[in-house]
Amino acid sequence: MAQISCKDLSFSYDGETVLSGINFSLEAGSYLCIVGENGSGKSTLMKGLLGLKTPSTGTIELGDGLKPTEIGYLPQQTELQRDFPASVYEVVLSGRLNSMGRRFFYNAEDKAAVEENMERLGIENLRDKCYMELSGGQQQRVLLARAMCATKKLLLLDEPVTGLDPKATNEMYNLIKLINLCDNTSVIMISHDIHEAVRYATHILHLGHEQLFFGTTREYRQSDLARRFVGGGRA
Amino acid sequence: MSLLSEMLSYHFMSRALIVGILVSLCAALLGVSLVLKRYSMIGDGLSHVGFGALAIAAAVNVAPLALAVPVVVAAAFLLLRISKNGKIKGDAAIALISSSSLAIGVIVVSMTTGMNTDVSNYMFGSILSLSSADAALSIILSIIVLVMFILLYPRIFAVTFDEGFAKATGTRADTYNTVIAVLTAVTVVLGMRMMGALLISSLIIFPALTSMRICRSFKSVILCSAVLSVVCFVTGMVASYVLELPSGASVVVVNIIAFLLFSIASLLNRRA
Repeated sequence: MAQISCKDLSFSYDGETVLSGINFSLEAGSYLCIVGENGSGKSTLMKGLLGLKTPSTGTIELGDGLKPTEIGYLPQQTELQRDFPASVYEVVLSGRLNSMGRRFFYNAEDKAAVEENMERLGIENLRDKCYMELSGGQQQRVLLARAMCATKKLLLLDEPVTGLDPKATNEMYNLIKLINLCDNTSVIMISHDIHEAVRYATHILHLGHEQLFFGTTREYRQSDLARRFVGGGRA
Repeated sequence: MSLLSEMLSYHFMSRALIVGILVSLCAALLGVSLVLKRYSMIGDGLSHVGFGALAIAAAVNVAPLALAVPVVVAAAFLLLRISKNGKIKGDAAIALISSSSLAIGVIVVSMTTGMNTDVSNYMFGSILSLSSADAALSIILSIIVLVMFILLYPRIFAVTFDEGFAKATGTRADTYNTVIAVLTAVTVVLGMRMMGALLISSLIIFPALTSMRICRSFKSVILCSAVLSVVCFVTGMVASYVLELPSGASVVVVNIIAFLLFSIASLLNRRA
């Protein structure tokens, strides 16, 4: 059974439909890039998948034993506050909140998961640094570590490379691909950069207020849509 | 030391100090979350609601806290509701509710007792206004607030830092926002007898802002705020006793001095 499947999904704001006709399903270990122009409904779909926005029609089904709380999320940078005093360790640890259940405090297992993920992403030397004083690339690694603390099954990433320099961008893409391959963690990523999307993803979902394309990356490359977008050099 | 023991020999003074220290602790802890969530004015708004409630309680001769606590908690719910459904933004909602209840309070007061010392006490606070029944209730409620805060600490951090992430990973962020608002409402009512409706919000925002000048992690900001608020409160009370100044205003002035000192320290630290 598919890990996540959407049937006839649509979303609306104040009665106005912004996205409709979403039908796709993903197996565990897939790497899906959601592409499309600004305002095409990418973020709305992401919010729907996260359970932050209720679809006006259709259903989202989780399979493969995936629970709604087992979704790691890396939000867009702009959503966070600029002057928040929080150490890297505190931020990563907060990713374990969903495994606490009825407990009040984090236990040794939670703390071990934090150490493991900080080490994997090479940020263990930053643990006592203030999150807001880090560079953009470092901040994204911290948020990725937090998302990985929340789950090993599915990561949802909302434009994870926005504002990063080319080197940090490359590192971020490689890290995400590595996690996808090593842990068999599914990845759903919103991306502006269609060239990078087709390089790393196994599947592409192209939106423009409705589902314009869903399929494997290979199929996408041969489609007219891709020729228009990728070939035209547009992102 | 002899000054402190002289102060404590007055029964009302020791009572005020115990209640004040507990309420300052509550205010400082909640304040960090409120300041970071851009809800600094919520304490101010709720205190005006508290003023209205106290005025009505005095008019109909009910125990002040017994009426004010539920009314202010209800106002906190209402505030969250209004600012969430988006038609009226948070700051406007606070201004709306606070000026409405202030107006109602003033009318009730002028129709009954008139503008006497009671009103002045509500506005600017007085340590003498605390009855022993009030004190007992204040101590119990503030201990409940402190225990709740400590038990919910990891969740409060997550909801404060990144509500979207917390919700997405299955935390009931709205529930915890409501809990924070209710705890704040209780703290505001407890503190306003002593600090006054006009000054109570300083107890909430000053320690958090002062700590944020220097501290770089959430835990250190929380701990620093807790210590600062108690130190500032006790210093302010001693100063008000020695210099015969109003208690609430003295505590605020000590907080201002602490804020300035921390700001200077932070500037020097950045230079070095």
